Amino acid sequence: MSEYLVLIYGDESAMANADEADFKKMMDAHAEFGQRNSSALRGGNALHPSASSTSLRHDATGKLVVTDGAFAETKEALGGYYLIEAADLDEAIAIAAQVPAPSGGVEVRPIMVFD
Amino acid sequence: MLAATIRVTGDIDVAEECVQEAYSQALSTWPRTGIPTNTGAWLTTVARRKAIDQLRRTSTHQRVLPQLVEPVEDVTFTVKETPLIADDRLRLIFTCCHPALGLETQVALTLRLLCGLSTSEVARAFLVSDSTMAARLTRAKKKISASHIPYRMPGSDELPARIDAVLTVVHLVFTTGHTAPSGADLMRRDLVERSLDLCRMLRVLLPDDASVMGLLALIVLMDARRNTRIGAEGELLLLSEQDRDQWDRRAIDEGVQLVRDSLRQGPAGRFALMAAIAALHAQAPSWDATDWREIVALYDLLLAQWPSPVVALNRAVAIGFADGPASGLHALESLDVEPHLSGYCYFESARADFLRRLDRVDDARTAYQTALAHCANDVERAFLARRLDELAR
Repeated sequence: MSEYLVLIYGDESAMANADEADFKKMMDAHAEFGQRNSSALRGGNALHPSASSTSLRHDATGKLVVTDGAFAETKEALGGYYLIEAADLDEAIAIAAQVPAPSGGVEVRPIMVFD
Repeated sequence: MLAATIRVTGDIDVAEECVQEAYSQALSTWPRTGIPTNTGAWLTTVARRKAIDQLRRTSTHQRVLPQLVEPVEDVTFTVKETPLIADDRLRLIFTCCHPALGLETQVALTLRLLCGLSTSEVARAFLVSDSTMAARLTRAKKKISASHIPYRMPGSDELPARIDAVLTVVHLVFTTGHTAPSGADLMRRDLVERSLDLCRMLRVLLPDDASVMGLLALIVLMDARRNTRIGAEGELLLLSEQDRDQWDRRAIDEGVQLVRDSLRQGPAGRFALMAAIAALHAQAPSWDATDWREIVALYDLLLAQWPSPVVALNRAVAIGFADGPASGLHALESLDVEPHLSGYCYFESARADFLRRLDRVDDARTAYQTALAHCANDVERAFLARRLDELAR
């Protein structure tokens, strides 16, 4: 069994403009996903929009530079994640494909294990 | 043999080392003991034994063993080995052609691990340097192990899509060999031979699969024309100019039968449809006797199933022969050119041909020049240059 991080990317403006009914539909979809795949889930969370992010870098002198916003500007922004356990990539894909991600998609990244 | 060994090691690189050691052992012991009757089984058994020894020496032993499907202590030579080998080859080909790998990576891995080409030979297939290909193959193997791409047959739900992925790889190897995108020669026989090997292997491994039948039919039907595509001066010969007496009739018969078998299985897939079109050409006694109406109808079906711009382009060319160049040009001009067709030399040359047949000399000249600018194969370039030349007269 191996662990994978499922990163959920989406169109943030679509999500921001969602009304209460759409929001509830999204929450229900995630709840249903969670129930159907409960044995595989090891964690997960929704994230505040990328505008709420704070990025940290160190400049050439080693000084900490704090900036407003996400680390990299991308067309679709990271909106949440699930940590799952699966036998192999095919199983991970089968689970990740069920994650609600209407305006973007998901990335399936294997967790590195240090022996 | 490699496939069977990967099943023990779970790691492609280690498996390759064990296979090498098995060959070395054969070279040193066979002169003494004589060559065994079943050399394949001997080598496979030795490679697997070495793989087990390797595992015992490393801590991966405990982790990997539970994943093994067959008991590896079985070392007797029996006819039973054959289905085992078939299973392993299938596992290997589905792993090489896994959708999580990029298409070019799938092709490179397939050529390297299924066809047994050296890294250098695969590099030449892609026209890149040895080190570039070595790096690409290393990254591919890293992706397979890091993300745990499983070494197994896909489940029955996934099988149709996964078979389609494998056939896409084999088809790409064939088309690249049938008409080389660049270089001095029109054809690259080595790639055509590899695609034939792969497709015949798939036919043995998946004897009831209609799409495998379809692809094999397509390959043998198109390859039946191999001796007639180049003229005495090395010039390109069009379908209308080829000497049909020199087409490989046995290959055509085989292809036609495969198309029939494939269509009998159910609704035609894209490879069966392409093969059916090739069969119509192969069976027409002459260019003038070609059933273009039927070919256009087949393209309609193909396009419905596979809405690719290249299919739409080929359909427009067929319309041009069925209904005349004005209709063909109209069909061509209603295509969405961006982003796939602009700069595609066959789009430009098709346009040029319609314009030539419509006597729109100036427009045809521009189109042929554009086509030449995007064509990288010397034989095709010579053909386009000749057409350009003929316009002037």
